[in-house]
Parts: sequence; structure tokens; C-alpha cells
Amino acid sequence: MATIATRRKSVAVNPLKQSQPLGSALAFLGLKGMMPLFHGSQGCTAFAKVMLVRHFREAIPLSTTAMTEVSTVLGGEDNVEQAILTLVEKSKPEIIGLCTTGLTETRGDDMQGILQSIRKRHPELYDLPIVFVSTPDFKGALQDGFAATVESIVKELPRPGETRPNQITLLVSSAFAPGDVQAIKEMIADFGLTAIVVPDLSLSMDGHLDDNSGSVTSGGTTLAELREIGSSVYALVLGESMRGAAEALQKQFGIPYEVFPSLSNLDAIDSFIEGLADLSGLPVPEKYYRQRAQVQDAMLDTHFFFGRKQVSLALEPDLLWSTVHFLQSMGSEIQAAVTTTKSPLLEALPVESVTIGDLEDFEQLAAGSDLLIGNSHVASISRRLNTPLYRMGFPIFDRLGNGQRSTVGYRGMMQLLFDLGNLFLEQEESHAKH
Amino acid sequence: MKLTQGKINELLSESACEHNHKKEGKGKNKSCTQVAQPGAAQGGCAFDGAMIALVPITDAAHLVHGPIACAGNSWGSRGSQSSGSMLYKMGFTTDLSENDIIFGGEKKLYKAILEVKERYSPAAVFVYSTCVTALIGDDLDAVCQKASEKAGVPVVPVNSPGFIGSKNLGNRVGGESLLEYVVGSQEPEYTTPYDINLIGEYNIAGELWGVLPLFEKLGIRVLAQITGDGRYRDIACSHRAKLNVMICSKALINMARKMEERYGIPYVEESFYGVADMNRCLRNIAAKIGDRNLQERVEILIAEETAKLDEALAPYRARLKGKRVVLYTGGVKSWSIISAAKDLGMEVCATSTKKSTEEDKARIKELLGKDGIMLEKGNAQELLRVIAQTRADMLIAGGRNQYTALKAKIPFLDINQERHHPYAGYVGMVEMARELDEALHSPVWAQVRKPAPWATAEPGLAID
Ligand code: SF4
Repeated sequence: MATIATRRKSVAVNPLKQSQPLGSALAFLGLKGMMPLFHGSQGCTAFAKVMLVRHFREAIPLSTTAMTEVSTVLGGEDNVEQAILTLVEKSKPEIIGLCTTGLTETRGDDMQGILQSIRKRHPELYDLPIVFVSTPDFKGALQDGFAATVESIVKELPRPGETRPNQITLLVSSAFAPGDVQAIKEMIADFGLTAIVVPDLSLSMDGHLDDNSGSVTSGGTTLAELREIGSSVYALVLGESMRGAAEALQKQFGIPYEVFPSLSNLDAIDSFIEGLADLSGLPVPEKYYRQRAQVQDAMLDTHFFFGRKQVSLALEPDLLWSTVHFLQSMGSEIQAAVTTTKSPLLEALPVESVTIGDLEDFEQLAAGSDLLIGNSHVASISRRLNTPLYRMGFPIFDRLGNGQRSTVGYRGMMQLLFDLGNLFLEQEESHAKH
Repeated sequence: MKLTQGKINELLSESACEHNHKKEGKGKNKSCTQVAQPGAAQGGCAFDGAMIALVPITDAAHLVHGPIACAGNSWGSRGSQSSGSMLYKMGFTTDLSENDIIFGGEKKLYKAILEVKERYSPAAVFVYSTCVTALIGDDLDAVCQKASEKAGVPVVPVNSPGFIGSKNLGNRVGGESLLEYVVGSQEPEYTTPYDINLIGEYNIAGELWGVLPLFEKLGIRVLAQITGDGRYRDIACSHRAKLNVMICSKALINMARKMEERYGIPYVEESFYGVADMNRCLRNIAAKIGDRNLQERVEILIAEETAKLDEALAPYRARLKGKRVVLYTGGVKSWSIISAAKDLGMEVCATSTKKSTEEDKARIKELLGKDGIMLEKGNAQELLRVIAQTRADMLIAGGRNQYTALKAKIPFLDINQERHHPYAGYVGMVEMARELDEALHSPVWAQVRKPAPWATAEPGLAID
């Protein structure tokens, strides 16, 4: 339905986009004992690390092959080898996640070949999984790097096994925060199902104190769990960008799947809960009747403030999709939708047009709206346009609690209703004063 | 400025930098040539360093020529403040796609510069090359020159691909671009005998604003701020200053030295952190300018300021006395913060000496005393070990180590780039004391260190 506009200009101003390796690192951080490794120059890793630290307010494991000008000319094999050996010695990771960057992709290093020859020289690495992902900076965006990484993980690590009737696999896209994953896991557990979650950021990036002071992730999906994915009876897939990974699972192990592009509006949550009931053969627990009744009540209370509001969004495709549907389900209208990268969702988005662009485009398109939704970089636009901002996406560095927020399920949706509703309410009151 | 290997070597072996005066000429100059080790923890790249040095020029547009990684993951995140234009906070990048990489990015860059000029009328455009654009061989200098002619504004090439080295080297690459293209390109309306430039102060958290009023009171005119809260035109005129004052940093020493060579401007190296350093800074400037009257005014000002400060600090001194800190920061800051901490009666048990020159180290040794530990390098584990060993009460370090400390339930103060509170000058001391006090005496420490009562209960005592 939507036409997709790409601005014809030579300069991106105030980019909305983050690069693929950053998305890849984020996905890797949801595995336990993980050390992500960027094959590139040191700066790319430092930047990504700073961004992740600022967003989650957590220590973030991330390492670099530290390519120099000389090694770029001669080829990076030695750097990859040395990096892996150093990590094994110093950080003792259970898994290494290796991604490329713009530099090494431009050079065209043959990564599979390099990894093979390193393994040949170092039989002691036999047991160490090294998951490789190609993530050039000059293509795609954070969401693509994240998706490509999950796809590599499920292609490389699971092993075939006997089907376990209660075990499902949950594939979660970058649109879902650690708090979301936590909430979704609880829903699944309420139906007596065991879920292997890829990646499980709710165990690593949720912000918790423990005695671990190691240099790799202290929580997340374990290697043992990843190995057993082949035994799942079904895959629940959250976010359209996870479709590739789901297809890979189906191809290898014949695991059927269903994609849920959103869990933040009533219809979407209902069908997810219904799906869980079907899968488990159990009735829906009483508490969800209650939660559902609460969110319906909240919808009634808040709809006065949402109705006919003009909202402008700058989000990655998966998150854009779910937020647009949430807003429209409340009677709000979408004034502008700006996103970072291509996705099959974009054309199907029930809005007039979507712009693949930057925050300069957004600022022009969003002028005059009632609410802006986007990352922390939108804050200065919000000041300039004198329009309130609700922060979503990545990075959010000027708000606390990003590891815990949840906007999914009946409860998360209710929170979202109140948070946005309060913003609208405040705005109306301040207008009323004049 | 083409960035040839010769040029890089020259920057790496900057003759005025003590890093390069190792004993008997042996040993390599460390901080600039220091390359990240594969698999090790890593710092920023040369591109990052060049941006850190130049982005504080507030009325310029800073355009990154490369794929999205370099600008997309970093724009708007540097902490230097502006009293005027906010243009420097905007992220501009050519955001190269696969096609640009195959066919070359020069055309796109040329158009990008013109678009930036057209839409944002900057005082100048700084254009940064990055790893990928250096690798595909885009001729930055040629494009910038052509675009400058067409656009009618200065367009300054900064050849700063990340892979040439560390952040430190990047700082110097930035300085080199200023020397080559900016300094001396315009003339000030008038000059005074009291014109100085500040070099290497980036106005993080607005620190300069705690110091500039002091100069004003003394009748010293800051001609150019290079580069914190800087203006392009001021820097273009900076060759007419009488004195260069390098602040807390060897990062832009190449500028100080070459401006001495080219324009006969002497330089002094000073720090704004701590009372002793601030006093020394003002005295040295007055002495160098060589004006009796000014020197007297400095003494009066120091007397006034320190009296005021002593009063303001008294309550904090009482609460901070004897507290033990581990300091982990780079370069000159190691000793300037030690002396600030000592001013407050705190004890510095250990400090890093990474990025410190031999001269810095000598001063650190003197300040630390015989029990002080000098950390050559450190990772999270090493830091925690030293904190435990010295029974330190807190860690003062850069934001990168914040979560190392917090996860280990150790009070922490951020002293670097991303901090939000200005610590420079006399007013900064009060701010720092307040922050230290707050960090150390927060009521959260007891709570987060407390185990769950049921977790310590002996088995069998649990209520069923
Ligand atoms: S290392 Fe190179 S590619 Fe990476 S951020 Fe620095 S300049 Fe950009």
C-alpha cells in the first residue's frame, strides 16, 4: 500500500541508520559466554562498544582484529588468527561471533577460507564454535546485521535431534528489547512450553548484578541450548526480519514456523496467545483474561487522547511496523514514517508513503505533528519542532532503564498506552492553559 | 595535505613530544605508534581522534566520507559544548553504498560538500576520510579544493582513515589540517599585547566557561580557542597571538611547535585541574607575556580565588580526607588529577601511566609517593585487582570503565570525554569535590553490597 521513497541526495544528514556490525554484535550479546569480534580497524569496534554501553549502561564485551594499513594491504588472516588465539587465552569465550566491516568487505577477505586454514593450524580450537557473519557497513542497517547473525547462528550451531513435543524455538528480532524478551518468555512458560530463545537478551542485557566480572557475556542462550534447537517442534518468529532464520531452520530440520510481526496491539497479542494455546493444547490461563480486560479498559480510557493525533516515526522496519499498527489501532494517524533499510514489510505498511532516509528528511516530514517517535537523536528535532518525543529504537542514551522496558503483550501494550497517553494529555493541558 | 607515510612518520615522531625522548634514544615512542592488538580491548581510531580534535569548532560542518559505520555510530556523541552555533552537532556523511565503493566516491563527495554548503551555510566544511575511502583511493584533497572553489567556502581535507593508528595520532592529523589550511588564512581586526590561543582544550561539559572569566578579569584576550567552543575565523586568525597555551594534552603539540616555528609564537603547557595547577597556569602565562602589571593582577586574583575556594571546599575536605582512590586515565591528566585529589586530602593509591610521557611519569612518581602503584596497562580484571589490593574506596576513570567499577560495587567518577560536569578551574574544583563526595557517600553502596538475608541463613533455619 505504501509507496517507498528514497531521497536523492549525496549527503546523509543526522543519520538514523546504524551499521550492520553493530546489529550483529547486539544479536551475539544474547548468547552466553559470547565474545563478538569485528574484523576491521579498531575504531569500528570502539564506536559500537560506546553506543551499546550508552544504551544499556552495561559492560559490553566486544573485540577487534585491529587491522592496520599494512595488514589491510597484505590481508587480514594473521590478525584474525591472532585475535582468536588471544581471546581464547584471555577471555575464554564459549562462542566467538566474527563479523566483517566495511574495510574488510571492501578488501574482499575470503573469510571462510581464512577460518578453515586457522582451524587447520590450531586443532585446539576444534571445540570452539566461531560463528561467522558477513556484515558490510556499506549495505543494510542494524536490523539487517542482527537478522543475518541470527541466521548464521541457527545455520551453524543446532544439531538434529529427536523432536520434543514441548520445546519450541523463539526467534526474536532487533525490534524487541531485553524486557520484551523477558515478557514473552513468561507468556510461553505460562503455557507449559520450553522455549529456546535466539538471541536471549533478557539474560544478558537486562541490567542485573551478579558476581561475574568476566569479559564475556554472563547470560544468554547457552551453547547447549543452541545445539538442541533441532529438536523443537515449532518456531515462533518475532519480527519479519527473522523470516530468513526461520526458513533456514525449516529447511534443515523441518521445523514449521509462524511469523508475528508485532506483539503490541490487541489483535496481534490475541493471536499470539491463541497460538500458544494451540501449540500447548492447554487452555489460556486465567491471568490473561484479566490482563486483556485491563488493556481493553486502558484503551477506552486513553483513546480520547490518541484519536486523530498525527504521529511521525523514525524507526527500523520491524519496529516501525509494530508501532504504526499500535497507533492506528488506537485511532491515531501517521504523518511521517522514516526508516533505515529495505524490508518486505514496508510496501504492506498501511500508510501513504515510507521514506528510507535520515533525520533531516524526518525533520522536514514531521513538522506539525503531535508526537515524534524515534531514538535519542530525535531529541534535538523534538526541541526544534516543539513537539514531544517518545523514545524508541536504538540508541537511547538519554533515558534510563532500556534493559527493562517492555512494550509487548497485554501488559507491555498497556504501559505503552499510558506512556503515550500521558504525553498527549500533558500536551493538551499545556495548550488549554493558553 | 596528502597523508603520505612520511607525513605520518613525522606526526608519530613529533619532536616536541616527550614520548619521543626515551632514554638514549632507545625504545619506540609509545603513545602515538601504539597499535591495538588483535583480540585485545581497543580504543578509538585515528578518524575518531581527528573528529575529537576538530568537531569542537562549532560553526563548521563536519562531513564524514565513508560508509555509515564511522559517522552513523558516532555523530552527536562528543561532549564538547558550544556557546553559539550548533552546526557541529549535526552528523554529515556521504553514507557510501556498495556502488559508490565499486565506482569510487569522489563524485558523491563533491556533491555532498555543495549540498551541505547550500543547505547549512557553514563557516567551513571539514571533510574526513575513513578506512574505506582511503582504501578505494578517493582523492580527498583534489575534491575538497574543487568543491571549495565552487562553493566559495573553505573546505578542509582531513586525511584520517582509522587504520593509520590510534586516537592520539588522529588528534595530530586534525592539528595538521588546521596548520595546513586554516591557521594564518585570515587576519584579525585588531590585536593586543595580551592575545593568547588555547590549544587542546575541547570544552567538554563546558569546562572552558569556568576558566575564561579568569582571563577576562586579568585582561588577557583569548584570540582563538583551538578547538573547544571554537570559531573557524578565530582559528584562521590565531597566528597573530602572542602566546600559545597548551592545555592538559600533548594531542595538539604539533600545532604549538609549528606555530612557534612559523610565526614565532612561544608556547607553554598548562593544566586547568586543581588549585596548584590553575595557579601555576595563570602565573606562567603572565610571566611569558612579561608584563609586571599583569603579574601583580594575577597574584591578587589567585589570592582572592583561593580564599573563596578554601571556604567552599572546607566541608568537602572534611568528608574526603584520607579516602583512597585509584585513578585510571591517560596522559597529563594522570598527574593533574592526582594533584587535584591531593588538594582535597585524598590519597591516590594507584594511577595509570598509559599515554604518559617520561616527564609526566616523573611528576606522577613524585606526587604518588613510594607506595603508589603505576599501572602500565590495564584491563577490567587488572583494575579490579588493584582496587582490591590497595583497598581503594573508589575508582576515577573514563566512562569506559564505569561498569567495571559499578558491577563490582565500587564508587566511580567519570573523568573523561563523556562526563557531564566541568572540573576545570577554581569553580571546577568545587564541582569535583561535590561529585566525589556524592559518589563516595551515596547510601546505595551499603544496600547493593548487602546479600539477601535469606541467602545467608543457614540451611534448616529457613521458614517452611
Ligand atoms: S576504523 Fe576506519 S572504518 Fe572503523 S570507524 Fe574508524 S575510520 Fe571508520
